[in-house]
Formats: sequence, structure tokens, C-alpha cells
Amino acid sequence: MTVAAEGLPPLRTTRARRNALLQSEPVQGFALISPTLLYALILLVLPILVVIAHSFWTQHYLTIDRTFTLENYRVALTEPIYRDLLWRSLYISLTVSLFTVVLAYPIAYFISFHGGRHKSLWLFLITIPFWTSYLLRVMSWKVILGYNGVLNSGLMGLGIIDEPSTALLYNSSAVIITLTHAWAAFAILPIFVSLEKVDRTLVEAATDLGDDPLRSFLRVTLPLSAPGIISAALIVMIPTVGDYVTPKLVGGKDGVMIANTIQAQFGKAANWPLGAALSVTTMLIVSLMAGATVLIIRTLQRMAR
Amino acid sequence: MRARRFLPGGWLSTYAFLYIVFLYLPVIFLPVFSINTAATPKFPLTGFTLQWYEDLPRTPALLDAAWNSLIVGVSAAILSTVLGILAARSITRYRYPGRRAINGLIMAPLVLPEVIVAISMLLVMLQLGLSLSLFTVVLGHVLICIPYSMTVLTSGFEGFDRSLEEASADLGESAFGTFRRVTLPMVAPAIISSLLVCFTISLDEFIIAFFLTGTEATLPIYIWGQLRFASKLPGVLALGTLLLVASLLLMTIAEMLRRRAARRTQNEGGLYA
Repeated sequence: MTVAAEGLPPLRTTRARRNALLQSEPVQGFALISPTLLYALILLVLPILVVIAHSFWTQHYLTIDRTFTLENYRVALTEPIYRDLLWRSLYISLTVSLFTVVLAYPIAYFISFHGGRHKSLWLFLITIPFWTSYLLRVMSWKVILGYNGVLNSGLMGLGIIDEPSTALLYNSSAVIITLTHAWAAFAILPIFVSLEKVDRTLVEAATDLGDDPLRSFLRVTLPLSAPGIISAALIVMIPTVGDYVTPKLVGGKDGVMIANTIQAQFGKAANWPLGAALSVTTMLIVSLMAGATVLIIRTLQRMAR
Repeated sequence: MRARRFLPGGWLSTYAFLYIVFLYLPVIFLPVFSINTAATPKFPLTGFTLQWYEDLPRTPALLDAAWNSLIVGVSAAILSTVLGILAARSITRYRYPGRRAINGLIMAPLVLPEVIVAISMLLVMLQLGLSLSLFTVVLGHVLICIPYSMTVLTSGFEGFDRSLEEASADLGESAFGTFRRVTLPMVAPAIISSLLVCFTISLDEFIIAFFLTGTEATLPIYIWGQLRFASKLPGVLALGTLLLVASLLLMTIAEMLRRRAARRTQNEGGLYA
């Protein structure tokens, strides 16, 4: 600052200019956010870069060989065990995001169009279970779906089945049900927000011009709420692909997902580079899937108009 | 005339009711079976007992875990709220290039798979030679609490009448004095709300604590360890029920405070809108 100003205008103006710069909006705003930004850079961006770096290295027992290699990615993409886990995780997260969005849409619609004065109460009611421990909610599904669980004993008590069904727990359906329940609130909020932004006069206009309620919903309300549907789908899809607790507690052998094997690479298997490559691959593929979902919803939105 | 809407309200209310049942039912089984005499959670219920609750304070490992959770939760709540105040204030008060990108980066932990966030932090901490402890858990929890803190605080800070601050500055207060004597009292409910939300998230958080802790367990890690033993289930259900009640209480207070803060700054729309 001072070096650049040397020999130029008198000191007083320089100082004044410097003060003006320090008091300018961008500088003050940036200075204020910098501690938080720094925290995110050190504990989020840097770690992710370190993971990416590791994915190109090799583990030799206790040491890591830092010569560049794509071997981990070859293993991650071609070894049947990892490929199958990856596919299953993608399938589960796609199914879960589809279910949550389809189940959440009518609720968001109900609150937005029929909620009246109690909109925020409804939202609060729906988000409250979401604020309870995720681990406990998964655990309660284990209690419900278990061999000696609520559902089996309840159905037997009612005389609907004679012996406990083993089909309920320890498979990918149990994982899908549990995740759909766990992420329900997350899908409602973005859809609700975008429905709130739908101009009600447009819906009226469509009805006045002779569209029946179903048609005006399909051609006006639904396409206009597409941004909410998109963020709801993404906000569920991306985190669920890497879910660890649910497959571990209710998934059994058939419900194991990629996060469980990633964890194993950093734990028992002690192959950090492979774990890193699996993480990067999962994130890349789920991003591709998310991108495709956005494209599909946008195309449908355009077709509906 | 109001437009006729797709789907009459009647059908939708029924659906809304069923949906609420679907949301709440699984959670309700925890308290129900925590006061049942049978050691396995199944119907029909066998009888009422508080035995499982009475056993809780007699378990030293559990008391340690509760203490650890309290330390981690309070530290994470204070740190993330301080960082959240700075960021939310900057975002709502100033306009500068890159503001949206920075906001996006700070909010990112909200939409990333927790396992990946956890293992990346684990790698860096091990590389830096940091030994895993409750401190590393706090570092992780702060990262995932900041987005929630930001959301709560932004809704409290937005719509804040700037002329009040300008009046204070014109009357000779320093920038810090203005913040302490004008801004802070206005946004205090939002700040307390953020503290409560962050504490609750930290209290309930499992994955990051699981990866980043050394030998010390927090309550969710303790519960995870107990899940392997079928005979310990009633105790876990009792403890889980207490955690549920704590979370619900804290979040309800937080939401009430947040609304009060939003009303004070005459800002409609809520945490979620």
C-alpha cells in the first residue's frame, strides 16, 4: 500500500484514500466473513483436496507411496464388489429421493395452498421429528422392522401372519424405507418455498380461461414449482448416497452401501488411498446423477407449458 | 372469485394427517418401549416400569458420555455461533463480489455426505499429527453447525433497520459500541436460538463424532456401542427417549426465540422460508 503510493499524492490524501478503502463496503464485508471463510477453507476445502491427492497415491503397509497412479480408480470402478456397492448406493439414493419428493409434494402443496394462517405451525410440526437424533430415528426403524419387532408382533397379534417375517429387516427395502422417513422434512421445505412463490393470479387465470383444476395444476403450478422439486431431489440424493448409519443398522448383508466400505478402508482394511478414490468416485458419479436429474426435471417443465 | 384448486382440501388434509402419523409414529415407539417391562420391544406390552430409567444414573460409562456430550455441545455451539454471527452479519449487511460463492461454500456441509466430510477431516487431522480427542470432535461439529447457525441468524439479521445503527454512529458511538448497544440487543433472541440449535445438533450428531473422537465417547457413540448387545436395548431406549425430549424442548425454545427475533426486525418468513 505505502510502497505503491510513494512519490504520488501527499501523505494525507493517501491515508484518506486508504481509510476510504478500509471503510468501503466490500472490504468491511469481506473482513467480517473471513474468519468463517477461513474455517471452511481449512476444515472443508483443504481436507477434500487432501482426499483427492490421496486417491492418486498407494498404500504400502504403514507408509504411503506418493507416486501418481490411477490404480485406485481402476479398482474402484472395475472390482465387482465396489462396482456393485456403488450401483446399489446410487439406486438407493435415487429411489429415496424419488419417494421423498413424491410423498412430500402434496404436503408442501397442502401447507402452501390450504395452510391458511397456520402455515408456520404446520412447518414446525413437520420439521420437529427431523431435529431429533438421526441415529435414534434409524434405531426406531430397527425396533419396528425387526424379527421380534413391532410390525411382526403387531401383525401376529392381529392374526394376519402366523410367524414373524424375516423379509422386513436387513435388506435394501428396509434401508429405503428408513431413509425416506429420515429425509422427509428436507424435501418438504424447498418445495414449500417454491410453491409460495407461485403467483396465485396465474392459477386463477388458467382456471378462468377454461382449464380444469387438474390441467391448471399440471400446466401452471407444477412447472412453476420445478425449482423446489429440483432442490428437494438434490438435497436428499447427495447426502443419502453416502449414508453410513442406516445400512449398518437396518441394511444387513444385502443393504450394505458404499460408505460402509469407505469407512472400512480408513479403519480395518487400512487402505486410505483406495478409500479416498472410492469417496471421490462416489461424489463424481452422484454429481453426474444429480446433473441428469436437473436436466430431466427442466425438460419435463418445458414440455408441460 | 378464488380459483378452484387441484385436489380439494379434504383429501389433502387426510393425506397430511397420515403423513404426520408416518413422521411421528416410528419415533413414538422409543418412549413406549422404554417404559415396558419386557426386554425386547414387541407387542403386546407387558407392563409399566421405570426400571430402565432408574438404571441409567448407575452406569458410569453413560455419565462420562453425557459429560463429554455437554462439553462438546457447549463448545461447538459457542464457536459456531460466533463464526455464524460474523458471516451472517457480513452477508446481510454488505454487498461485495464473491458473496454468493462464499455463502455457498460455508453452507456446503449441509448437502455433502457426512461420511465424506468426516473422513476428509480425519485424514487432515492425522496428517497434521493432531491426536483425536473431544477437541477434534468440536472442530468437526462447528463445521456442520455453521450452516444452521447462519440460517437462523440470517433470518434474524435480515430486515434489520440500518438507520438505527447509523443514528448511533452519528451520535458518536464507535462501530463496536454500536454493535454492542444497538445491534446486539435487537438480535439477541436469534443468537440464543442459534446457540440452542447448534447445541442440539452437536448433541445428536453421530457420524463426525464417531470418526473424529479418540477414546472418549459422546452420547450417540455410547448408544452405538450398546446397540450390539440385545439385552442393553431397554436402557438404550430410555436414554434415547431422554435425548428425544431434550432435543424437542431445545428446538421448540429455539424456534420461539427465532420468531421473536424475526418479529423484532419486522421480518416475515421463517427459518425455512
